Amino acid sequence: MLQTHDIHPEQIERDKLYQEMGLSDKEYDLVKDILKRRPNFTETGIFSVMWSEHCSYKTSKPLLKKFPVKGPHVIQGPGEGAGIIDIGDNQAVVFKIESHNHPSAVEPYQGAATGVGGIIRDVFSMGARPIAIMNSLRFGNLTTDRVKYLFTEVVNGIAGYGNCVGVPTVGGEVQFDESYEGNPLVNAMCVGLINHDEIQKGIAAGIGNTVLYAGAPTGRDGIHGATFASDDLGEDAAKDRPAVQVGDPFMEKLLIEACLEVIHSDALVGMQDMGAAGLTSSASEMASKAGTGMEMDLDNVPQREQHMNAYEMMLSESQERMLMVVKKGREQEIIDVFEKYGLQAVAVGQVIEEKVFRIKQHGEVMADIPVDALADEAPVYHMPSEEADYYKDFQNSGTPEVVVEDHAGMLKQLLQQPTIASKEWVYDQYDSMVQTNTVVTPGSDSAVVRIKGTNKALAITTDCNSRYIYLDPEVGGKIAVAEAARNIVCSGARPLGLTDGLNFGNPTNPQTFWQMEKSVDGMSEACTALRTPVISGNVSLYNQSQGKSIFPTPIVGMVGLHESLEHITPSHFQSAGDAIYVIGETAPEFGGSELQNVVHGKYEGIAPEIDLEVEAKRQQQILQAIQAGLVESAHDVSEGGLSVGFAESVFNGAGLGVDATFSGDATAILFSETQSRFIISVKEDKKAQFEKTVEDATQVGIVTEDATFRIQINGAQVIEEKTEELHQLWKGAIPCLLKSKA
Amino acid sequence: MKFAVIVFPGSNCDRDMYHAVKDVLKEEADLVWYQSANLEDYEAILLPGGFSYGDYLRSGAVAATSDIMQQIKAHVSKGKPVLGVCNGFQILLEAGLLPGAMQRNKNLAFMCHQEPLVVENNETLFTSLYEQGEIVRFPIAHGEGNYFCDEETLEKLKANKQIVFTYRNNPNGSVADIAGIRNEEGNVLGMMPHPERAVEALLGSADGVKLFQSVVKNWRESYVANT
Repeated sequence: MLQTHDIHPEQIERDKLYQEMGLSDKEYDLVKDILKRRPNFTETGIFSVMWSEHCSYKTSKPLLKKFPVKGPHVIQGPGEGAGIIDIGDNQAVVFKIESHNHPSAVEPYQGAATGVGGIIRDVFSMGARPIAIMNSLRFGNLTTDRVKYLFTEVVNGIAGYGNCVGVPTVGGEVQFDESYEGNPLVNAMCVGLINHDEIQKGIAAGIGNTVLYAGAPTGRDGIHGATFASDDLGEDAAKDRPAVQVGDPFMEKLLIEACLEVIHSDALVGMQDMGAAGLTSSASEMASKAGTGMEMDLDNVPQREQHMNAYEMMLSESQERMLMVVKKGREQEIIDVFEKYGLQAVAVGQVIEEKVFRIKQHGEVMADIPVDALADEAPVYHMPSEEADYYKDFQNSGTPEVVVEDHAGMLKQLLQQPTIASKEWVYDQYDSMVQTNTVVTPGSDSAVVRIKGTNKALAITTDCNSRYIYLDPEVGGKIAVAEAARNIVCSGARPLGLTDGLNFGNPTNPQTFWQMEKSVDGMSEACTALRTPVISGNVSLYNQSQGKSIFPTPIVGMVGLHESLEHITPSHFQSAGDAIYVIGETAPEFGGSELQNVVHGKYEGIAPEIDLEVEAKRQQQILQAIQAGLVESAHDVSEGGLSVGFAESVFNGAGLGVDATFSGDATAILFSETQSRFIISVKEDKKAQFEKTVEDATQVGIVTEDATFRIQINGAQVIEEKTEELHQLWKGAIPCLLKSKA
Repeated sequence: MKFAVIVFPGSNCDRDMYHAVKDVLKEEADLVWYQSANLEDYEAILLPGGFSYGDYLRSGAVAATSDIMQQIKAHVSKGKPVLGVCNGFQILLEAGLLPGAMQRNKNLAFMCHQEPLVVENNETLFTSLYEQGEIVRFPIAHGEGNYFCDEETLEKLKANKQIVFTYRNNPNGSVADIAGIRNEEGNVLGMMPHPERAVEALLGSADGVKLFQSVVKNWRESYVANT
């Protein structure tokens, strides 16, 4: 990678050095048009990061426009550090999801740790106190040493950072599929709480105001990280390790407290964290949003290493840094707060009227660029889209039959699939309880965090079944949003909105772009039907290694509101004698199912159908039943079907069992992944009222006290197992896989 | 009763401790920044959990050398109560206010969940409202909670009834299942499990309430006796 700034603009053009930084010939010509001259080395670097996919969304922008982003309670939609939704009583919830896939592929501990750090900064830079972290992880099958290493270290990194910084990691999801073997996904979501009058924006307003730099000094780490994140992972990806940042959660903790203290000062005008593309993006975006310009002297920027040139400083992605704009003459008030926490806050520039971004170093102008050119005028590409070949084949051939002889044995096998098995090994390493708000800890459909001083709580979930999206991006996209909303509703909350973490392969491949396009269409439709606007998000493309793309994985992070703590509903059965209901009919749908994976070792055929009207109706009625106090427990049916859903409902060590009776095809009843289904338990005396409230409810059995799991189909006892035996298989599967030799 | 919750750079259970005392126990409490402190006016000192100074050296080692420790030692010598939880316990060990040291958990991983504990000694000013041998559930959340001391110290701890809490299913490898110990004089308690996270049934356990109530009750009684 280029490291010197002594290279002449002519040489950059002649030798096409800009290509190494990620700019295309056409983009380079556009830069020349904007500047009306050739860019120098530093400027070329600045354009290349700001116009990278990671910062500019140049290929995904046309798709993102399709998402419904408005709602009566939306205070801030996409565009700021994070989105904001009103929850009443002058309070609002702030949240966003972000990916750190490429860094985690080459340096899993720091990649995951800094992913957590970055998303927390996005939230507190809005003025919100971070109250919860979730994460959504994807790995290859847990059979190779490399995958085990990536999995273990990613979890370590999340724990190492999150535990120290004092924000509880309240849940998330982990799935394992071959397609993520060389390119794991690490998406972290942070939720914050804010009072309406404390909302900060990243703006550089007020000509003459001072630009303050706060937090960690700038080093040579993470240079060109945004560009690295916007390309395929090559076989020699390890050489890009210097593009991975190094995290310091202690510094972040101090930065959180200092920033949340300075937001109370009216001397503060704007604040933005230095994330991807560091100083460059925070400064130019703040100025662009305010319609101003900014002048910065790099000699004043705190530096961790000697002799850093302008290129390195502008592109560094050193962590735990903030940029603030402060009223002229009142800098000291802000500086004092940071000093209390042992942090540096230094004046590095000022807001200017001329809408340019001007960087000086050693008395020389190193870059002089129109602000809007960086932030707003990045090229937008409408990529060609082409229906995937495999999709046509699947639609024509349909889903091959799946034959199961031993249903009890299959249930045991499914419970030990790492995607289904207990994730306790993962979440036990996270401090899920700090801040003393966590009502429902990891391991349920949604985590629930109460809001101190109120009778309210927030439900938080992340979800995405990429197998369905691979089989049928549009249907799968609908399911991803619907399933997240199901999780929220089961916990007793009303879905408020979502943040999307779009992870796809290389968008220059028309069939990959088609996956993106269709899944965004499906998600948008579901967002409208379920009234969950998209308020923030992140796009991670080029997730492929050795020419193989990941399954399309648009992760949904959703937040819901419990109007009353009384509505918080567990996912486990509560007491013997309660009636068990299944909401929704079961059809034989095995395309993309866990059963198909176990029996055929691949995913093929038709994704499960979903009718969004039915989905919305059921969610609404179930929420109504919960709010009326009719429901003891609620759990959605997902991977593994009804049998796995029932089993999960008794896996809380309470010594309960299940006695359920069905008629029909055993394999479908037990393992089909038909959508829009729920498992709900109800007290005997509430049954009549419950059945009146929830139309599609059918009682299938009762919760028993003998700790035995019994399912009868067509008069035959198809499954009869000790609950605890199934529980141990489910609980022990991941630790067992990690211990076994590859 | 007036509590000081000491806030070191990197403390992260300070607000939880404050919430437990102020909002649940309804006692007076202040968050006291480690530099600005004058501890004269406080009747009890709480050292909260977290990662003081990032715990980049041994856990609690840097905080144990900070100036405020002199005031805390003076407070201890007057017989006033001090409770250190998690990182607070680690700080008390590093400062020599309690014997022993911490090692990494035996499985070398951070762990966070509810653990059942046994009240080994209910004749302390922190546990007098519990029954002897009572089983209580407190959350644990630590990576270095594997308590270690030599044979001689352990014998002394036992002889002086300094072992206050033990783990029922030792999760971290601690010597003699130790979860919490007091000093010989009985006014300093250090423990890895978090009583301040166990003060509301909504969050899974309210077993910690009696610990704080014991402190308040014993202080009131001795205060009334002294005045």
